[in-house]
Amino acid sequence: MSEVLVVVDHVDGAVKKPTYELLTLAKRLGEPSAVYIGPADKAAEVAEKVKAYGAEKVYTIDDAPLKGYLVAPKAEALQQLAEKASPAAILIPSSAEGKEIAGRLAIKLESGLITDAVDVQEGPVTTQSVFAGNFTVQAKVTKGTPIITVKPNSAAPEESAGAGAVEEFTPTISDGAKTAQIVASQPRQATGRPELTEAAIVVSGGRGTGGNFEPIEALADALGAAVGASRAAVDSGWMPHTFQVGQTGKTVSPQLYVANGISGAIQHRAGMQTSKTIVAVNKDEEAPMFELVDFGVVGDLHTVLPAATEQINARKG
Amino acid sequence: MNIVVCVKYVPDATADRQFESDNTVDRVGVDGLLSELDEYGVEQSLQIKEKAGDDTTVTALCVGPEKAVDAVRKALQMGADQGVHVLDDAIAGSDAIATSLVLAKAIEKLGAEKKVDLVVGGLASTDAGMSVVPAMLAERLGLPQVTLASVVEFQGDQVRIKRDGDTATEVIGGTMPLVLSVTDQSGEARYPSFKGIMAAKKKQLDVWSLSDIGVDASEVGAGAAWTEVEETTARPPRTAGEIVKDEDGSGATALTDFLASKKFI
Repeated sequence: MSEVLVVVDHVDGAVKKPTYELLTLAKRLGEPSAVYIGPADKAAEVAEKVKAYGAEKVYTIDDAPLKGYLVAPKAEALQQLAEKASPAAILIPSSAEGKEIAGRLAIKLESGLITDAVDVQEGPVTTQSVFAGNFTVQAKVTKGTPIITVKPNSAAPEESAGAGAVEEFTPTISDGAKTAQIVASQPRQATGRPELTEAAIVVSGGRGTGGNFEPIEALADALGAAVGASRAAVDSGWMPHTFQVGQTGKTVSPQLYVANGISGAIQHRAGMQTSKTIVAVNKDEEAPMFELVDFGVVGDLHTVLPAATEQINARKG
Repeated sequence: MNIVVCVKYVPDATADRQFESDNTVDRVGVDGLLSELDEYGVEQSLQIKEKAGDDTTVTALCVGPEKAVDAVRKALQMGADQGVHVLDDAIAGSDAIATSLVLAKAIEKLGAEKKVDLVVGGLASTDAGMSVVPAMLAERLGLPQVTLASVVEFQGDQVRIKRDGDTATEVIGGTMPLVLSVTDQSGEARYPSFKGIMAAKKKQLDVWSLSDIGVDASEVGAGAAWTEVEETTARPPRTAGEIVKDEDGSGATALTDFLASKKFI
């Protein structure tokens, strides 16, 4: 069986959940080989983690010579690794950076690219959700090495022990790849809540909050959820843009999405329509969001949410 | 300064978007317009021109079917100086890889007349939405990629942007010529003024074919795509769920019961 390269999603060596999802999908296509581009001193730790989810090989690439620059050096490193390993496919997390790396890699390898897959089956045949979630598309790559970026929550991670053979790989980075420099970097402040795109439950608020996100945050914490916001709430300055769910923000596909005081414009629906279960609370019974819901409450979120939060906390004991 | 801003003509996201029988996006039966997210690229290009001075030219570049000229016109109405529409039947069905090839060749042709300093794009298209074309252009043109800017600043040939990345907010710097892409956070796009609409009618709008830019028809179109759509399926409409009215706190209890029944608590 051929190798399938899986680019490890991590922050400074802390492996993120989508990595395990990608490894699980990779097993359907061949032998998963994790590719870790990051601090060398964390490589052993990362290798242990990915091994538990089926990585037969772990390529480690020290990012010291790469990290001061935007995506181009990573694309070069992956190109060189792909030329050496001749993988059956390359799976990359569907983040903004992941997609840019994938785009450059596709040109370098003269290979077809599929972005934002929500499922990958043998073939590989991918499933994507398009047009604000109104259509699903099945596609495959017909030239070169299939390069597929995969969205978070696309598979349930399955533990399975792999050989986890570590192999250091040292790419040659051209000067041309070092032309866009990262001058400064400020890590996102930790909220203590799950990451929006990876969370199993998302509780979000819109115009109807009137700028008061306390009931949203309290319910989110009771459910162990991430907090999201509509564009209206972000444009009003109530929440930072990093919380925005929708076409120009994050696309989420959690098990449960709770929309509070969000009317449900197409741009917002584009970011959450594929959620498994959708719940809405809104004063306006005509809100288009109610067309999508599995359960809806016509009422004031400022009274409904605190009362529900209290009951949820009580039931949890 | 010479700025080329890439604009895409897309089916209106608020209309009923469909696929053709060959699984390509229906770009004829649905009203189209300049992709909303590309308006931000036009806006930033115009702001750069306003700061850099009058010898700056902003060229709106579009690849698409006949009706796509509307996207170029909108950019001209907003204030772009001239437009180029690459129009060729062979282009229909092109994927992002072929589209980036056509754009790159058109930019090279523009650059042959006067060196291009900035290639500007948006965050994503509102139809396919891959967000990869600016990175592909940088790769093809061998230019620095300074992308997904929420704030753009420049001084001379130095460009600095703020990029709200997935895990960090970064400041990215590069030297022109480069490829820049901007997000919807970069600043509200202007509406065309009446004067702008009138002036746009007199602006130069060139239509180029593939042979004008030196691209062979076999390199583009559905036949040359490196990916293939096997099937498109309309998502079944969500069946209407249960909706209750909150009366004296009944809403909170009903909500809690629902969440418990689905094992979310």
